Amino acid sequence: MTIGALPYVLALVLMLIGLYVIVAKKNIIKIILGIAILEYAVNLFLLLLGYRNGGAAPIRSPEQTDNVVFAAGAVDPVPQALVLTSIVIGVGCLALMVALAIRLHEKFGTFDMTRIRELKG
Amino acid sequence: MDPIMWLLLALLAFMIIGALIAAETEDLLSSVVCVGAVGAGLAIIDLFLGAPDLAITQVAVEVLCVVFLIRVVLTRRDETHETHKDTLAIGSVVLVLGVLLVLGGWAMTTLHPFGEPLLASADPGVAGQYLAGGLEQTGAANYVMAVLLDYRAYDTLGEATVIFVSIIGAYAILRKTGRVHHALGNEPDR
Repeated sequence: MTIGALPYVLALVLMLIGLYVIVAKKNIIKIILGIAILEYAVNLFLLLLGYRNGGAAPIRSPEQTDNVVFAAGAVDPVPQALVLTSIVIGVGCLALMVALAIRLHEKFGTFDMTRIRELKG
Repeated sequence: MDPIMWLLLALLAFMIIGALIAAETEDLLSSVVCVGAVGAGLAIIDLFLGAPDLAITQVAVEVLCVVFLIRVVLTRRDETHETHKDTLAIGSVVLVLGVLLVLGGWAMTTLHPFGEPLLASADPGVAGQYLAGGLEQTGAANYVMAVLLDYRAYDTLGEATVIFVSIIGAYAILRKTGRVHHALGNEPDR
């Protein structure tokens, strides 16, 4: 494995930790946290894909008048814009999930999924 | 090796350790705080990879989420602990995730290596066009905002729709007024 893929693989490891929490844990709050970790990892991966060595932020200062020189030194703005959208949607989803967890706790008095299942009916 | 690579690896290791502690700790409050640390690490990485807009948004969202989750966890003590550990199920999950890691790690090696993205190759694609002509076409000095609010403005409109729908949904789930009849017994239990 080359060194160039190492950050991607570590982002993948973070993603798999999130997936593990979602699949293996019984506590609803833990599962919500797992989804948050998964989301961070995917955002990070997209951001890593757009970075170039020595790249600057894609924000133009008044001194930079040459388009070609600027375009040769800036990082990719497209993944950043899409990740910005993704972060904001993520917080909306998290708010909805937490609201559902609060209602479940009101009704069953626990965050444990197995016990919620036993109480059904 | 590039110094930014060392920094990146250190921060990634920090995030992975934080995520592991969040996954395995018994106390929900510590778990929430660890996820907050992971998000803070992500904000620092954003800052070093040339994405200040993302870093600002990430910090703001992170604080909001952690405060919200701590509020939920603090007032609702959950005394349930993992009573029986199902070793077979956990083992099979870890096995499947290990296979995913191997296959995914192999797939990662076929991508453009870190630091030499598609943008830096001979054919830079649509991002190259945005960077070359964005100032003339949109008038925005910040190219991330040029993409967000001009080239892909419908995307952002959809994002705003999702946010409002989720807020309305959370409000509808949490509101008390709709459940008054039920509490008074005017309505038969379902």
